[in-house]
Amino acid sequence: MKMRQSREDNIFSVVIAVMTCIFIVVILYPLWFVLVASFSGPVEVFAGRVWIWPVNFNIEAYRRIFMDGEVFVGYRNTIVYTILGTFVSIILTLSAAYPLSRKKLYGRNIIMGLFAFTMFFGGGLIPTYLIVKGAGLYNNLWVMILVGSLSVYNVIVARTFLQSTIVEEIYEASDVDGANDIKVFFTVVLPLSAPILAVLTLFYAVGFWNNYFTGLIYLRDRSRYPLQLYLREILVIDTADNVVETLEVDMNRVLVKESIKYGVIIVSSVPMLILYPFLQRFFVKGVMIGAIKG
Amino acid sequence: MIRSIATKKAGRVRKHLWASRYLYLFLLPSIIYILFFNYAPLYGIQIAFKYFQPIKGIIGSRWIGFDNFTRLFKSYYFGRLLRNTVSLSLYNLIAGFPFPIFLALLFNEIKNEKLKKAVQTVSYLPHFISIIVLVGILNLLLSQSTGLLNTFRVKMGMQTIPFMVSASLFPSVYVWSGIWQHAGWNAIIYIAALTSIDPQLHEAAQIDGASRLQRIWHINLPGIRSTAVILFIMNVGHVMNLGFEKVYLMQNDMNIETSQVIATFVYESGLIKADYGFSTAIGLFNNVINVILLVIVNSIAKKLGETSLF
Repeated sequence: MKMRQSREDNIFSVVIAVMTCIFIVVILYPLWFVLVASFSGPVEVFAGRVWIWPVNFNIEAYRRIFMDGEVFVGYRNTIVYTILGTFVSIILTLSAAYPLSRKKLYGRNIIMGLFAFTMFFGGGLIPTYLIVKGAGLYNNLWVMILVGSLSVYNVIVARTFLQSTIVEEIYEASDVDGANDIKVFFTVVLPLSAPILAVLTLFYAVGFWNNYFTGLIYLRDRSRYPLQLYLREILVIDTADNVVETLEVDMNRVLVKESIKYGVIIVSSVPMLILYPFLQRFFVKGVMIGAIKG
Repeated sequence: MIRSIATKKAGRVRKHLWASRYLYLFLLPSIIYILFFNYAPLYGIQIAFKYFQPIKGIIGSRWIGFDNFTRLFKSYYFGRLLRNTVSLSLYNLIAGFPFPIFLALLFNEIKNEKLKKAVQTVSYLPHFISIIVLVGILNLLLSQSTGLLNTFRVKMGMQTIPFMVSASLFPSVYVWSGIWQHAGWNAIIYIAALTSIDPQLHEAAQIDGASRLQRIWHINLPGIRSTAVILFIMNVGHVMNLGFEKVYLMQNDMNIETSQVIATFVYESGLIKADYGFSTAIGLFNNVINVILLVIVNSIAKKLGETSLF
């Protein structure tokens, strides 16, 4: 009886191992292939000779990307938008979450309702567009920083965190000491908020880094485009299927263009790929905090 | 007498307000923000009922009642828009729902802690790729003329498949690439639910001679059932809330038959064709349905005794 059971469990372990391997290959292979293809000769990629390692190793695609320079305009813009945007977002989010986490806030439920309502009902694309444009934010670089810099969902996550971390007694004690709510925030709340600050920074920073919609709608000048909009031109608008079908072109030029695409994906993902192993545990923490509803 | 009670009450309110004064100061920036970016646009919704002319502005434009809405409902593409939006959402929901559960159960069976961590780390990675890069990768790998998959098919003597430019294949490419990107991330919440299962249950089952598969079936699955139910219900509430960004990037003349959804149509009619009133009407129609769906779904969740949204 005991023997049969352990044999069954052994088979089970093998099945688990096989499924895990398949899963890892399915997730990583497309990304690995993009990396390998970016370092291979375009003709070799097209002929299907590139599988696991670069064939005809070269850095021609990267040389062209670096020479072009437009990608770096996008890079610089995105870095500025991401840093400033994240900074503004953190200030807005925390300055909303802190009072909303305080029991003594008079009218707390009404104010919370004011925030929560926006999660369920909004003006929609055009009314928002008209308001933002009316305020002179069209084609203004501040639009990239201000639009979407306050997520009510993140306010609720931060508020839940503060409520569960800082117990009422701490506030009572500070009250006895005669500290006002501003002082309490800076001396008590902020020092205890490191984990939530990390989580918010990461969520917002990734959001700003990956955002293309705001730029698509509100920016006209190419010189202000974030990286993602340049990527859109290279990766999405100019796809091989469109080019090949519309006109008979020099296949070689198409292939060089294709290899630039592989390179551009890598270049645009480098910061994320470098930081990812260090930061990923914070993302998970963020989901956990968000999952415990207040 | 009544007056003195009223003044007393007013005095108390004033005292409360005064006690919270610094907290209001904290709230000021974010309230100004949502008043401007979230509430001011609500006022602009009125152009859904107007013949909007930019020169005349929101107030100055002429009222036309429900003309924009009747134009929408009577148009030949309205049925298609609705069908595409709902079917793509439902496909996404039904195909995408089991995977995070399956992955969580799978990860939970990996007994080596370090390996488990590594596998999980790999599983979230695609979640952080931008939508543009994701669609770029799809274009590269699935292209009919130069893509990896079709190159492979040619080598094997098979026909090429126009993944990115086919109306019949668009929903599948959209949904399965989404599963590839988000299933690992969405598994996190189930993994959390699994870790909160009492280990004594497993010990007892082991003593009774239950196999690992039996324990998954009788302990782990029931342990995450309530999480699954609430997530499923919430997802149903978002069926009409299909995102714009990915569909828009994958859309082209060849797959427009299935890829034109409400969100992309709002963008197209509003910002490309500058038909502001009409576009606002479609957006409002979609928004109202969303709210109704959410309210229904939330009351169902409450009835089932699970946690509710609001």
